[in-house]
Amino acid sequence: FLGEQCCTMKILTLLSLLATHLSASSVNIEENAGQFFSSGHTNNWAVLVCTSRFWFNYRHVANTLSVYRSVKRLGIPDSHIVLMLADDMACNHRNPKPATVFSHKNMELNVYGDDVEVDYRGYEVTVENFLRVLTGRLPPSTPRSKRLLSDDRSNILIYLTGHGGNGFLKFQDSEEISNVELADAFEQMWQKRRYNELLFIIDTCQGASMYERFYSPNLMALASSQVGEDSLSHQPDLAIGVHLMDRYTFYLLEFLEDIHPSSKANMNDLFKVCPKSQCVSTPGHRTDLFLRDPGSALITDFFGSVRKVEITMETINLTEPIQQVDGSVSDGSSVVPPGVHR
Amino acid sequence: MMPVPSSVPQPKDDFQEELVIRPLHSGDIYASFQFRTLWETDFMRGNKVSHYRLFPKSLGQVISKFSVRELHISFTQGYWRTMQWGQPFLPSPPGAELWVWFQDSVTDVDGTWKELTNVLSGIFCASLNFIDSTNTVQPSASFKPLGIGNVTDHRFLRYATLPREIVCTENLTPWKKLLPCGSKAGLAVLLKSEKLFHSSFHSQAVHIRPVCQDWQCKTTSWELRQTLNVVFDLHTPGQGKLEWSLFKMFSRTLTEACPLASSSKIYIDITDDPQGEQFEVSPATHLLSQAMVLGDRRTFSVYDLTQQITFGTVRSLNLLIRWKSRDMLRPLLHAERYVAGYGLQTGEIHTLMYNNHPYRSFPVLLLDSVPWYLRLYIHTLTVTSKGKDNKPSYIHYQPSKDRVRPHLLEMLVQLPPNSVTEVTVQFERALLKWTEYTPDPNHGFYVGSSVISSLVPSIVAMDTNSTREQPLFSSFFPCKEESSYFMRVYTEPLLVNLPTPDFSMPYNVICLTCTVVAVGYGSLYNLLTRSFQIEEPSPGLAKRIANIIRKMRGVPPL
Repeated sequence: FLGEQCCTMKILTLLSLLATHLSASSVNIEENAGQFFSSGHTNNWAVLVCTSRFWFNYRHVANTLSVYRSVKRLGIPDSHIVLMLADDMACNHRNPKPATVFSHKNMELNVYGDDVEVDYRGYEVTVENFLRVLTGRLPPSTPRSKRLLSDDRSNILIYLTGHGGNGFLKFQDSEEISNVELADAFEQMWQKRRYNELLFIIDTCQGASMYERFYSPNLMALASSQVGEDSLSHQPDLAIGVHLMDRYTFYLLEFLEDIHPSSKANMNDLFKVCPKSQCVSTPGHRTDLFLRDPGSALITDFFGSVRKVEITMETINLTEPIQQVDGSVSDGSSVVPPGVHR
Repeated sequence: MMPVPSSVPQPKDDFQEELVIRPLHSGDIYASFQFRTLWETDFMRGNKVSHYRLFPKSLGQVISKFSVRELHISFTQGYWRTMQWGQPFLPSPPGAELWVWFQDSVTDVDGTWKELTNVLSGIFCASLNFIDSTNTVQPSASFKPLGIGNVTDHRFLRYATLPREIVCTENLTPWKKLLPCGSKAGLAVLLKSEKLFHSSFHSQAVHIRPVCQDWQCKTTSWELRQTLNVVFDLHTPGQGKLEWSLFKMFSRTLTEACPLASSSKIYIDITDDPQGEQFEVSPATHLLSQAMVLGDRRTFSVYDLTQQITFGTVRSLNLLIRWKSRDMLRPLLHAERYVAGYGLQTGEIHTLMYNNHPYRSFPVLLLDSVPWYLRLYIHTLTVTSKGKDNKPSYIHYQPSKDRVRPHLLEMLVQLPPNSVTEVTVQFERALLKWTEYTPDPNHGFYVGSSVISSLVPSIVAMDTNSTREQPLFSSFFPCKEESSYFMRVYTEPLLVNLPTPDFSMPYNVICLTCTVVAVGYGSLYNLLTRSFQIEEPSPGLAKRIANIIRKMRGVPPL
């Protein structure tokens, strides 16, 4: 009798343990599934702008190209990146190594690379074009590669670099964009539902002044220096003759080189990039307009293009014949995805 | 492979690639890549073409949407030095050049041209959207169609150049993506940007035109040629023989031909030395070919990449060339251009055309397109050869309109043998509105190259049979007669300074004016209108209480 009771007790404890284990793991699955759909975006875009002209501003082009390189490496395709470079450094006649832009004086990393597509170059990088790209109000003949075709489920990364001051950013030494204009452009984007969440990074002197005036929801902003501080450049290269990169973006690139598409690093790690000891200026950030907790926003939510796969249990009937252009009829067994052309 | 039953036969397409390497007299080495796709299809038919195989889809859609008959676009970095390097196989001016013949079904050519330049700027990552009416011209005699076409109504031709356009890897990347094999197989693996842009001259172009497939021209097909010309300069001048290899030039060797190519060949120009004394090419090949190109019969060593034995046992082909530089044939036609004068008000454009033929004279067609802000005085136009006046037999001049269109000058000039012909015209510089200046106005403003087109007498009889199998480099310009060949020469672009205002002036003027107004006028105004009143000092407390009591009593205050 005791043996049977003992056995049933053992079985019962085993069963209860199993049940709790199962419920715990199912809670885990639900948690994972919940995290899977937490960010709510389906596609990623990036707008990377360098606003400086002339050879001594080599570092601003290197800044933008290093962010471009990271973003491409983590999965955002060229068709979803709008790259604006105000001057050409790689094929500049002063460049002792043509078709290269280096980030470090050891010349290990050519951030220009062999596969780069610049959408706006030279004189096309103006305040008007930048605002038109953001708000989508472009002339009808503008090609697709020059448009920001985002929708309400797009996460957009916007990176600006150049020379700036308290409340403005200089474009090509001849015009400026103010923080009020930028905030209004983002509000227009919000009203038109052109973004789901937006990450704004700026690497200029007094960069924090540029995000002071934002008032639209779902914006997170980072800057390389506070109001009243200058952002400093990293180190010059004696062969090329100019400073190669700015400090903040240099350490940002170092941080991003460790990120891979399945990385779980979040925004709080990004805020820690380049402390005052390395940057000399104090990087700032603003998260009060961001509805989620920054700790739950992954780096790859903005810098990468990590596709979410939704599993469905419905069945779709593919046996109906699909008419082809030349008149012949296929048996519909091939599925043609909606075309994404070059 | 099972044949697919379909009502429309699949159009035939064909892809060929070739590389020509030619050591130059100055010690430099000239490499010219050509990739040609021929496709027997009709873009202009009602049915839209939907199945693309070798022909790139982006260009096919451009042709059908904008009803293009011929399209020629080139991006060049550097200037071709004719006197040192001879004639190029495919000439191109520095910067970007685009000329297009539209079909005669197009009703609004200017509107279509504007849309086409915008679409091309997206395809090639270049700022071609800066092409507008202020730098587009409609040549009346130059730039005849290079493909088939009976209609020569020049209303359907548009020509524009952007001399300031920079060429870099971002233009090479989309260009490489148009090739059927991309940059993964065949000759295109040699196209590495770090080597290509570290050169004296780099030019990439796309040419689209309809061509005849046979002698009677019963069937036509569309031809797409992608060309890339590059001149590498010598880094190690030494005595004896100069040495070059594929690996040294391109930092890569070849391992296979493009599997989609029907022909993949490398030609090395060994004309100067058929016996093999001055020249040494390894690995050796027994294939030789002769071709009539640029008025001269040249001999070439041929390497056929579709044959496996070309790659040898190491499965890789690295051509090594050793040669002694020899004298070069002087080019028959050569041109220069420069700006004379001083100051920022007036100047003079001089164009010199050299005819180096000892006894033959030939006519040339000169096309000049000058922006509106250099106001040409056409009454000062002079054409002189050997000191005497040389009247052109045909002049077409369209004056400019401020901010609307540029000057267009086309002339047919007969160049006497062994002479220099000088064309001069005076101009005045205009003052632009302050918003029209570029962000870097002190750099100067560019004037596009002049184009000189001519049928130059040739030493050897040229081959006029266009349908025979010819290497690509000798079959680009159509050859209509045996005694001459077509040549196009581009001059240098000009860089002129326009009178530039001081852009800090408005800020300084506002500060100064406001200070003067505030100090000067303000003081004067106060002096004239201020009136002075005597004021009693405020009374003490006792007096104030007394005044209040006196007011209550109705008595005047103290």
